Amino acid sequence: MTHIEVTVNGEKRSAEVEPRLLLVHYLRDHLGLRAANVGCDTTSCGACTVLLDGKSVKSCTVLAVQASGHEVTTTEGLSADGELHPVQAAFRQHHGLQCGFCTPGMVMAAVGLLAEIPHPTEAQVREGLEGNLCRCTGYHNIVQAVLAAASEVTA
Amino acid sequence: MIPAQFDYVAAESASHALGLLAEHGDEAKLLAGGHSLLPMMKLRLAQPKVLIDIGGLAELAGISVDGDDLVVGATTRHADLAASDLVRHEVPLLAHAASQVGDPQIRHRGTIGGSLSHADPAADLPMALVALGGSVELQGPDGSRSIGADDFFTGFFETAMRPDELLTAVRVPRQPGVPWGYQKFVRRANDWAIVGVAAVDGRIALANMGPTPLRATAAEKALAGGASPAQAAQHAADGTSPGEDIHADREYRRHLAKVLTRRALEHQAG
Ligand SMILES: Cc1cc2nc3c(=O)[nH]c(=O)nc-3n(C[C@H](O)[C@H](O)[C@H](O)COP(=O)(O)OP(=O)(O)OC[C@H]3O[C@@H](n4cnc5c(N)ncnc54)[C@H](O)[C@@H]3O)c2cc1C
Ligand code: FES
Ligand code: FES
Repeated sequence: MTHIEVTVNGEKRSAEVEPRLLLVHYLRDHLGLRAANVGCDTTSCGACTVLLDGKSVKSCTVLAVQASGHEVTTTEGLSADGELHPVQAAFRQHHGLQCGFCTPGMVMAAVGLLAEIPHPTEAQVREGLEGNLCRCTGYHNIVQAVLAAASEVTA
Repeated sequence: MIPAQFDYVAAESASHALGLLAEHGDEAKLLAGGHSLLPMMKLRLAQPKVLIDIGGLAELAGISVDGDDLVVGATTRHADLAASDLVRHEVPLLAHAASQVGDPQIRHRGTIGGSLSHADPAADLPMALVALGGSVELQGPDGSRSIGADDFFTGFFETAMRPDELLTAVRVPRQPGVPWGYQKFVRRANDWAIVGVAAVDGRIALANMGPTPLRATAAEKALAGGASPAQAAQHAADGTSPGEDIHADREYRRHLAKVLTRRALEHQAG
């Protein structure tokens, strides 16, 4: 077992974990944070996307021990006091989801993208979400939601 | 999918990592970004007993200029390479190659040292290193040495690096303003090249046209002899025998190599 100390959604957590424990399983099974989904489990679909020190990563391909000493943000950590984060609100407003399975990962990838490029073009949004697959929406409304959130955040 | 059990050590320095490699021998593997190794461990294609994490070593990261070379530390992440103003100015082809790897999440984790050590013939950075005529710096128990790109990639996922060595840095000649071309043919977002071509300064490198990244030497010779890009590109696949998979058979890959080489030579950025 290896001792880890991770700041998750602003809260310091520590645990003894097996080194082979994946970050997504630490979040879901140990901490009960189930927004990040396991879709493909092969670094392709992006459903497991969380932020690690503010950068989007696929938590099915990060070991919990690699996150020790770092900050993790999940979708649960976005909304303060029941208020939706602007990206979440924009997904709802612009119908950026249907079944919702990809949504937490899409939202985290979008939040990470807007931190890097606050005013993205449509092409930059599409490229920025290249690591996230959606089987339902056809992407159009997701892209519209992210563009709307970008103008909202900086308005 | 859960990897087999292993012990984990976060290396405190490059020399600590080298010591651990010497101590554990074949049982140990270095872990950098984990974006080639962890997928293989999840599939149990790799089952190291000890993982030595060098991903957090600041001494191995960073980008600087040293005389005529740009020097990139092994644990520099693809995203940082792609976004670096220094790299975009001094060796724009390298920054572009890094921006073509996978997707944003993969680029936030994967490192140049990991990509070159993994030596996937379809990958972007090995092809870029060959096109640029760069070299890698290796540190081992007996000191350090440097190997040029043409000698580093020795076979399918094989390099001239010994198991007790650490790739510490990558060196590429600075070439601000030199025209370059880059073509990567894919069918799916975030995929490896079905065929890739990187061309700069008379050198042409191919991805996924054989067991290693290759130089298109016949096309280079034709160019040097005054052939037009279209004429030279006709020789891009000479001497190659690429593999076949669900994406492409051998003839299709050979055809793609010619088309993409012509495009890489005709659509050069400065
Ligand atoms: C879904 C997916 C899509 C991808 N698409 C692309 C793509 O389009 N193009 C592309 O080029 N790549 C692609 N990749 C691979 C990606 O670039 C990896 O990041 C890279 O190949 C490995 O770098 P890493 O730092 O993650 O290495 P790791 O996985 O940590 O290590 C890889 C290997 O190198 C060894 N190693 C690592 N660092 C060193 C070092 N400093 N010295 C000696 N040995 C070392 C390790 O022991 C291991 O054997 C993709 C990966 C995934 C999962
Ligand atoms: S579950 Fe991690 S990328 Fe699909
Ligand atoms: S909303 Fe169903 S997968 Fe995206």
